[in-house]
Amino acid sequence: MNRTVLSRRVFAGVAVAALALAGCSSKGDPGTDPSASAAGGLASITGELKASGASFPNTYYQEVILSLKDAAPNFKVTYNSIGSGAGKKEYGSGLVDFAGTDSTVKDTDGVPAGSYLYIPTVAAPITVAYNLKGVDKLQLSPVTLSKIFQRTVKTWNAPEIAADNPGVTLPATAISVAHRSDGSGTTSNFTKYLAAAAPDDWKLGSGDTVAWPADTQAGAKNTGVAQLVKAADGAIGYIDLSDAKDSGLPFAAIKNKDGQYVLPTLEGATAALAGAEVKDDLTFNPLNAAGAATYPITAPTYLLVKPKYDDPKKAELVKAFVKYVLTDGKAIAAEVNYAVLPTELQAKALAQLDKVS
Amino acid sequence: MTVLDKTAQLTRKDRGRHADRLFWALCVSAGFAVLVILALILITMVKEAYPAFSADFFTSSSWVPNDPDGDGPAKPVYGTLAFLYGTVVVSAIAVIVAVPVSIGIALFLTELAPRRVRTAIVTLIDLLAAVPSVVFGLWGILVVAPALVPVYQGMHDVLGGVPVLGSLFGEPRSSGRTFMTAGLILAIMIVPIITSIAREVFATVPDSDKQAAWALGATRWEMIKGAVLPHSFGGVVGAVILGLGRAMGETIAVALVIGSSVQIAANVFESGYALPAIIVDQWGESTGEFTAALIGMGVVLFVITVLVNLVARFVVRRAEIRMRGASA
Repeated sequence: MNRTVLSRRVFAGVAVAALALAGCSSKGDPGTDPSASAAGGLASITGELKASGASFPNTYYQEVILSLKDAAPNFKVTYNSIGSGAGKKEYGSGLVDFAGTDSTVKDTDGVPAGSYLYIPTVAAPITVAYNLKGVDKLQLSPVTLSKIFQRTVKTWNAPEIAADNPGVTLPATAISVAHRSDGSGTTSNFTKYLAAAAPDDWKLGSGDTVAWPADTQAGAKNTGVAQLVKAADGAIGYIDLSDAKDSGLPFAAIKNKDGQYVLPTLEGATAALAGAEVKDDLTFNPLNAAGAATYPITAPTYLLVKPKYDDPKKAELVKAFVKYVLTDGKAIAAEVNYAVLPTELQAKALAQLDKVS
Repeated sequence: MTVLDKTAQLTRKDRGRHADRLFWALCVSAGFAVLVILALILITMVKEAYPAFSADFFTSSSWVPNDPDGDGPAKPVYGTLAFLYGTVVVSAIAVIVAVPVSIGIALFLTELAPRRVRTAIVTLIDLLAAVPSVVFGLWGILVVAPALVPVYQGMHDVLGGVPVLGSLFGEPRSSGRTFMTAGLILAIMIVPIITSIAREVFATVPDSDKQAAWALGATRWEMIKGAVLPHSFGGVVGAVILGLGRAMGETIAVALVIGSSVQIAANVFESGYALPAIIVDQWGESTGEFTAALIGMGVVLFVITVLVNLVARFVVRRAEIRMRGASA
């Protein structure tokens, strides 16, 4: 047990070192946008930051924190993946220095207005993974998708699915739908997408938990859903990209706003970010965004930071860390299946970060 | 000389009195602490859950924590009935399965087993009690649930046509994550608890009673029926109630294998939900009234547990009175 952990650490260390080398060698490359390294002053930083929140970007933040350990050995950051809702509660009551959230702040979250700024960090596609013998390519339109998840379409050879997949022979297998049993930002973004892209057909609304039909099945976390889909022929479920890749399941290509069927990829997600309209507070909605290359079910995630910290030292630490996430962290994102921000949005996020004091 | 000293020490009044008082105070405060802790838990939970207590909360079986149409007329609905139903069904299955097995094991250990076998079995059962519930849960979803699907299918094929049983043993879920699976996993989890208490209780049956039964020419079963079981009825009910309490409160194992469908279904091969399971599943992303509703579920669970205990106490008292009457 101990040995595995140790070897994983060592492996991670090696991987990070390799990344750092890769980062150095590509610095002269004009293609690598404004990630002009923030690492310069990092080594001298000492301090501690506590954060908690969304579990969706957790893998990414943990990798960034791990790589930060090498760049700034005396800068200790902890991120607790406890869910967006709980993270906002802790942020509102001052228990953490910053928080991660997949959703915007609402009145009931316990975070007073004016006490936070949004910093978008990464995005990730939510895949629609399926398990159907003999079908390795599947295309779905949002209307069909909403019918499948509401159980009005119950077999794979239904005319709606056939219409999306011309030329494909679909078996008469019964569809079994898998969703999350725990409250989750992934569910929230998936249902928000269906509500936006199939407004006339999707009746369940959107949220971290929705009232799924009783004849669907639920699994805990992304891995639980993946396991359900894997276990039964004819199953379908929504899973974030990294867990879906690990499970080896095939994904459906989803019809985007421009009428193109696009597979979930990091490029498709970044295209969705570029196609989304960004508001002044830097919140944006990449779900069902425009653009031919856009993968439409792309979920954003933000960090909440205070515009004014009581302790100026704390403000410096938060700025240093978030800057690290936005610049050096980019190299790590792809490794763990998260899509980076488009250059323009990254610049805006860095400008927003400068308001912190 | 030393004897005199001892006597003086024992009869020295003030010292004994101090120690006595201290001991008395310690015991009384420990006794009251239980009451205070219970009361505080109940008060804080009711206070936190208050915003969610509406007519719907106790009468509705639908659970729609999100607002389905944004600013539209539909409001979130927080109904506990489906979860309450799941908890009751799953615990009932667990107790029905576990009680005969546990009493059988306990009788075997106290009345039949040779000593060497006894020690080995007791150790194994204690080990079963030490397995963490999440391990039971994972074993449940990875091994037990898929393996039971054909069994459920078989039972459905045989019993599906029978009037009442047919609706109880309906078409099984393909994932095997059902009321029945959760109940069976829980049964395995509470067997060690019931067994070890029942064993202790059976061991307290006076040898004279047993000898008397033997002397009257009783067979082993008649001896157990006439001497062991009546004497230990109260204790066994206590053991069952402890097991039931564990079953109703068990969270993670049930959350994993029950299937997480919010529904009231007579079919025990259907997926359902339970009170502790919904709390652990949805706590992290809840806010405001949603959180209050989840705490309210905790209050409901708390109240049922207390009620079950009160009923059990009543049953035990009635049985004891009856038995005293019989022996007199």
